[in-house]
Amino acid sequence: MNLFNTIAVGLKEIWAHKFRSVLTMLGIILGVASLVGMSAIIKGMENGMKEAMVAMGGVDKVLLQSQPVPPWQDHLADQAPGRTMVDVIALKESAPLIRVVSPEMSLGEAVVSRGEKSTVPSEVVGCWPAVLEMNLHVLEHGRFFTDLDEKSASSVCVIGTGIRDELFGNPEDIGHEIIPLGEQIMIEGQPFTIIGMFQHYMGEEEAKQRLVAKQLKEQQEKEGGPKRQRGWGRRGGWAFWRKNNTVYLPLNTAYLKFRAAGDKDGIVDQRLTDIDLKVADFSRLEEAIQQAKNVLMITHRGIEDFTFQTQENQIESIDKQIKNARLSGGLIAAISLLVGGIGIMNIMLASINERVREIGICKAIGATGPDIFIQILVESIVISVLGALAGLVASELLVSLLANISPTQNTPVITRTAELIALAFSIGVGVVAGLIPAIKAARLSPIQALRYE
Amino acid sequence: MALLELRNISKIYHLGGEEIRALDDVSLDIGEGEFISIIGPSGSGKSTLMHIVGCLDTPSKGTVRLDGVEAQNASQTQLAHLRNKKIGFVFQFFNLLPKLNVVQNVELPMIYAGLSAKERRERALKALEAVEMGNRLKNRPSQLSGGQQQRVAIARALVNDPKIILADEPTGNLDTHTGEVILALFRRLSAEGRTVILVTHNPEIAAVTPRRIEIRNGKIADKVDERLAGLDRTKPGSPAPISVA
Ligand SMILES: Nc1ncnc2c1ncn2[C@@H]1O[C@H](COP(=O)(O)OP(=O)(O)OP(=O)(O)O)[C@@H](O)[C@H]1O
Ligand SMILES: [Mg+2]
Repeated sequence: MNLFNTIAVGLKEIWAHKFRSVLTMLGIILGVASLVGMSAIIKGMENGMKEAMVAMGGVDKVLLQSQPVPPWQDHLADQAPGRTMVDVIALKESAPLIRVVSPEMSLGEAVVSRGEKSTVPSEVVGCWPAVLEMNLHVLEHGRFFTDLDEKSASSVCVIGTGIRDELFGNPEDIGHEIIPLGEQIMIEGQPFTIIGMFQHYMGEEEAKQRLVAKQLKEQQEKEGGPKRQRGWGRRGGWAFWRKNNTVYLPLNTAYLKFRAAGDKDGIVDQRLTDIDLKVADFSRLEEAIQQAKNVLMITHRGIEDFTFQTQENQIESIDKQIKNARLSGGLIAAISLLVGGIGIMNIMLASINERVREIGICKAIGATGPDIFIQILVESIVISVLGALAGLVASELLVSLLANISPTQNTPVITRTAELIALAFSIGVGVVAGLIPAIKAARLSPIQALRYE
Repeated sequence: MALLELRNISKIYHLGGEEIRALDDVSLDIGEGEFISIIGPSGSGKSTLMHIVGCLDTPSKGTVRLDGVEAQNASQTQLAHLRNKKIGFVFQFFNLLPKLNVVQNVELPMIYAGLSAKERRERALKALEAVEMGNRLKNRPSQLSGGQQQRVAIARALVNDPKIILADEPTGNLDTHTGEVILALFRRLSAEGRTVILVTHNPEIAAVTPRRIEIRNGKIADKVDERLAGLDRTKPGSPAPISVA
């Protein structure tokens, strides 16, 4: 009896009990759909996180962060200098493994306004031009500030497109590009001139949506439909939103115009809010950090009120999250596949009980044990494979549904690997579930089977 | 050497400590081409004997030799091949597969024999023609009368060209006329040189076969009861043996 015949007979048997077969397959369908869907969601998450990672400055960025002095240095706590320009200069001079040093002085929750309109940017920061390389910014319009701006503490700023959207309007709504170079805006009540604007940063997701929206808009314009109310600011992930809502001014300007005024006991707060570093050679990251630490130990007079945070830590934590998500997702899918398998086994056992006489007849006219064994096993596998195929279709639907109801999330991505794993798993489940019934059926003695009522 | 040699066959069932001897030390030789009826009262062991001869069941004691093959030494798979190629079994209740149509039912033994689809179809059609069922190929068994089903079952038994045809009360569920048609088929098979063994309660059918074996209480009777075998024509009321052309 060849395999083709066997499969054909199996299909016939399944077709003869359509409803029951579909119910049986349901477990496998759900299992496969949840396995593939889950891995698609996780893949989407992973893509989003990696994208955000790059938006935040790439892997070779190291954050120099302040920390409370360690317990054994408690008695020196008020000697802790914090991160200052002294550190920046020392690192630039004495830590050759550090390629870029970018000092930042943040204005905190500063209000930026123009006429009636105002907004609170994600960051209003005084910085050096090094910040461009540090945060992987691309200046699309105008210029960045120069050493001259820095020295003379001129009132100029460079903004992201998010700020432009808030203060000047969104080109999507207005219908043409707005480049507010030379315009004046108020930062905490002080006038600044915009001299440059970054490109608009967006994830793949948003790029896709923009394309769709553009087509939609063209259509709407023809039909004269309503316009979109809100811009794209928050869409496509917070990392991009944050990057687009940036205001940069010269470090000196920030210090002189904002810090110098708010002194404490007559002493101006010299501390920077951030020092970001980029290492020269990523493969020597550890060494570079050690070098920076050595330098800072001198400038901080041995008081360890600082620490380094690498993006690697972040990648590790992303990887860990992904792994956890995979594990729990996989577990859920495995459980539903297992339940599906039990369902198949159950139905196959019931089905051979119903067919004992038929099996007896087949044996009486010459079916061997292996013939019957393969027949039952193939039937079980056919059920599971059909279920798996239906599950793959269901997962496609599920994923497109998910993408439709929450387009702000990272798009789930169905991977071939997940589909193949799901299929292989289902076949395995079919085999295992069919095994016991198949053995049982193959072992039936012909005469007992024929006499079975 | 006979086609079929049974030596000291016993079949013993144990039911709650009680021992039932369905067959008790039966020895029997059947030669090639014989046409035999097996008669005997209900419960005497006729079906048990047929099942053992047909390799559907194994005896508790004794040896079965079928066309030179020792059945007790054969593996399950070898027995399946014997049933497939050497034996054609016809049952009282037809035992067609309800989900398959007429041709598919007849093709089934050939599927297990590993014949090609083309050959299967050809031989199935020929066998169905031979039992005059060539016009109901696509019917399901449930759409056929009992006699028609039995003819399909006979076609199925014939299709692998077996040496031995075993029929356990093939006409037991049929009316007299249909029974005659079926009996005619068996006579033709016998005339073609096949060995045919049939179990019957009908004396008229038993009268037709050249050799009769009576089983009583699991043993072969020394002398065949003439009334049961349809040979006693003197007693009033007992029907004359039918003659089927
Ligand atoms: N599986 C079994 N378990 C126990 N006893 C059995 C079994 N099969 C048959 N028997 C017994 O064996 C004896 C012979 O049964 P068998 O079916 O061979 O009789 P038979 O001659 O074919 O009867 P009938 O003419 O009614 O068909 C009977 O007493 C029956 O009860
Ligand atoms: Mg019987």
